[in-house]
Amino acid sequence: MAKVHVTTTINGEPEEFLCEPHQSMLDALRGPLGLTGSKEGCGTGDCGACSITLDGRLVCSCLMLAVEAEGKTIGTIEGLAQGDHLHPLQQKFLEWGALQCGICTPGVLVAAKALLEKNPDPTETEVRFWLAGNLCRCTGYDKIVRAVLETAADMRSAA
Amino acid sequence: MNVIANKWIGQRTIRPDGADKVTGRACYAADNTMPGMIWGKVLRSPHAHALIRSIDTSKAEKLPGVKAVVTAKDLVDFPVDKPVPLGIQDMRWMSRNIMAREKALFHGHPIAAVAAINEEVAAEACKLIEVDYEVLPHAIEIEDAIKPHAPILHDFVRFEGKPSNIAGTMVNKVGDVEAGFAEADIVIERTFTTRPVHQGYIEPQACTVSCTADGKVTIWSSSQGQFMVRAMTSFLTGITQSNIRAIPAEIGGGFGAKTIIYLEPLATVLAKKSGRPVKMVMTREEVMRATGPTSGSRSTVKIGAKKDGTLVAAQGTFYLQAGALPGSPLRGPVGCSFSPYYIPNILSTGYDVVSNRSKVAAYRAPGAPLGAFAAECVIDEICEKLGLDPLEFRLKNSSKEGQKAVYGATFGKITFEETVEAALKHPHYKAPLDKNPRPGVKRGRGVASGFWFNAGGESSAQVNITEDGNVAVTTGHPDVGGSRASIANVTAELLGIDHSRISVLIGDTASIGFSNLTGGSRVTFASAIVVTQSTEKVIGQLKERAARIWKIDPDAVTWENGEARPAGPNAGKFPPLSLEDLAAKANEMGGPIGAGTQLNTTGADPGFATHIVDVEVDVDLAIVRVLRYSAVQDVGRALHPSYVEGQIQGGVVQGIGWALSEEYLFDKQGKLENAGFLDYRMPVCSDVPMIEPVMLEIPNPKHPQGVRGVGEAPIVPVLAAITNAVHDALGKRFCDLPLSPPRVSAALDAAAE
Repeated sequence: MAKVHVTTTINGEPEEFLCEPHQSMLDALRGPLGLTGSKEGCGTGDCGACSITLDGRLVCSCLMLAVEAEGKTIGTIEGLAQGDHLHPLQQKFLEWGALQCGICTPGVLVAAKALLEKNPDPTETEVRFWLAGNLCRCTGYDKIVRAVLETAADMRSAA
Repeated sequence: MNVIANKWIGQRTIRPDGADKVTGRACYAADNTMPGMIWGKVLRSPHAHALIRSIDTSKAEKLPGVKAVVTAKDLVDFPVDKPVPLGIQDMRWMSRNIMAREKALFHGHPIAAVAAINEEVAAEACKLIEVDYEVLPHAIEIEDAIKPHAPILHDFVRFEGKPSNIAGTMVNKVGDVEAGFAEADIVIERTFTTRPVHQGYIEPQACTVSCTADGKVTIWSSSQGQFMVRAMTSFLTGITQSNIRAIPAEIGGGFGAKTIIYLEPLATVLAKKSGRPVKMVMTREEVMRATGPTSGSRSTVKIGAKKDGTLVAAQGTFYLQAGALPGSPLRGPVGCSFSPYYIPNILSTGYDVVSNRSKVAAYRAPGAPLGAFAAECVIDEICEKLGLDPLEFRLKNSSKEGQKAVYGATFGKITFEETVEAALKHPHYKAPLDKNPRPGVKRGRGVASGFWFNAGGESSAQVNITEDGNVAVTTGHPDVGGSRASIANVTAELLGIDHSRISVLIGDTASIGFSNLTGGSRVTFASAIVVTQSTEKVIGQLKERAARIWKIDPDAVTWENGEARPAGPNAGKFPPLSLEDLAAKANEMGGPIGAGTQLNTTGADPGFATHIVDVEVDVDLAIVRVLRYSAVQDVGRALHPSYVEGQIQGGVVQGIGWALSEEYLFDKQGKLENAGFLDYRMPVCSDVPMIEPVMLEIPNPKHPQGVRGVGEAPIVPVLAAITNAVHDALGKRFCDLPLSPPRVSAALDAAAE
């Protein structure tokens, strides 16, 4: 089957790639686009390790067809930091030790950033329900939730 | 040396691998690619138990794009009658686990593997492999596997002289258990079951293997030990270890499961046959169907005590599901269940039961949680019957220094009592709990304790001073949860320099000495020892060089705050020489500065944990929720507190999943029905509260920094603590896990009738 040409925007940069019509966005990111920061933990939209944003909306890239990126704006973990300047969430995760193995971390960070853009002052319960689609087997979620809440507070006071 | 006033040890420094991991740059096993790389796929058994009459791969081999096909005949065949041990594994069974031979033993058992130009062609080729199966009756559950006339998995397995699915036993014994029970005023005996639960790492197994024309094999894979990968691949393929280099990728969780391999030998043979680098990545479904969970169990525990609460006898009989091939972690329940307590008479027996499900792999304190579940629930019932506080009861009966444990060791300075005392004093234990907060909701509080052996073993490290006077540390242990951060803290402390000047790397099998697995709660303990010894050797070299520059005795030089200084006024007056100064003079003073240590480490005293949990049961929906959790543990010395806390918090939440929601569901044909994260229900963020780790730091006197293993003990008490709390809420004792809504609902309905 002929490959499909897709024109899109990834992390603020114009991008073109070829994909199979049935290929997932996750496979396109990890394959032809070389963006392996998004991880495949399940391929069924249950673990959130492949979380990206599509026109600002949080999605599992394993459940999205790569051709659906046509004309859209994609955000991945590789776009969180500005050069060598980490996003406040990334910095806070390091300070809290909110990661152990780190495989879920890209997805958690992308999801947490999407939360704070929508709700800059979330409660602990709101953070826990928003991140319920991001499985972490190492941390028990404690430090992740604390890091997100503290980042939100920092970003509010900086704003 | 137990350093108390520290600059770096005990600090929450930024981990050396942190920036890579928060930016998506860290390279995990599936992130690797190579020029010319092709893809491997595994054909798996659709049957739970079947004779393999024949395998015809000819059509698959002819499919355009297919480069190689392998079956069991391409791997080393070990006769079944002679053990081939490697650590705690037996290569006879591993060989048959990674590729079926005479029989398919579980739904998902590998039958053949294919390498092709892409994943689609490889998957297509798998469908073209013709396998002639004779489907056999199967047994999944323990009771089905050990009943008379059960389907026998292996003709060579005998128990009491007859063909059986009981593949092994283990007995630990002290005193005379019958005499002990005769002295008891109260004896409680209960039978408990737990379900097999998966380790649930988010990163599926993956590897890339290159095999060059000169026979050199390079493996990139995610594991809990690159040396284990090398040794097992060597055994299973017949390639010598010197021709295999195993390079550890970042590991996306293991929890014990990645102390064994599945894909690497298949990819190696495929790479050898095809002449192309081969990448293999499991799907989540493959992970669930074919990689090891921990054992399910059926345990009968009988405990006797005097009226005043003195324990006099305990008996445990533990049947563990091994999966398709022998190898349950019997040592866990047999050795750990009663070890927090001094009990003069103990008989602890384990049975290793094979059945038609995937072979078990290690999981965090292998076997100990299911044993502690049984023992700690019976203890809770004894306390209830005797009207004793469960923590005071534990304090009264705690094991002490000099006593002999049922598993054979004589305890050194152990700290179980301290964990119980800390739990007693903790505000959580004293906090009032409204047991009937609103209609339809009941609350309860439970406690339980746990024990884990902890381990030392072989570790290697190299500490090198760079030409510009900074430090490169290499160890041989994959870092599953922040061990590099701890090592950076130790090295910075000893050298007296800023921790950011130290890089910590994990060497491959060709670049660092043999290091045993990342497992057994051993890595921080053992690698801190070898890194300390290496750093002390480096400091010796630095002092010796400063002494030669100053023309004084090396003993007259001290190393302080990153500088060599004369030891006192008598040593002479010289300006200090920094690490940078000495590095700059390295070549004229004899060459590069650096030292390594390779050691079989000892002194890993056991770990104890005591937990307090509050739960809430929604009586209508039969949902158990954890409201508050406090986990007390003696950690010896927290080199990096965040990652020690993280071990405790993560272990507890894994235990919550085990207790409340995780289980495998099989259909009548023995096929796994919930091979994914949607239906295999691990705790998500909204399921759990904050987990409070209560770290006691009582230095282990046998360790240079006082470290005690941490990773495993925190999962041991959880199952019992939650079950005891549910009893406190509902007044009903549950003996079967998980306490999922269907099970709790059935129990509540039965009570109502």
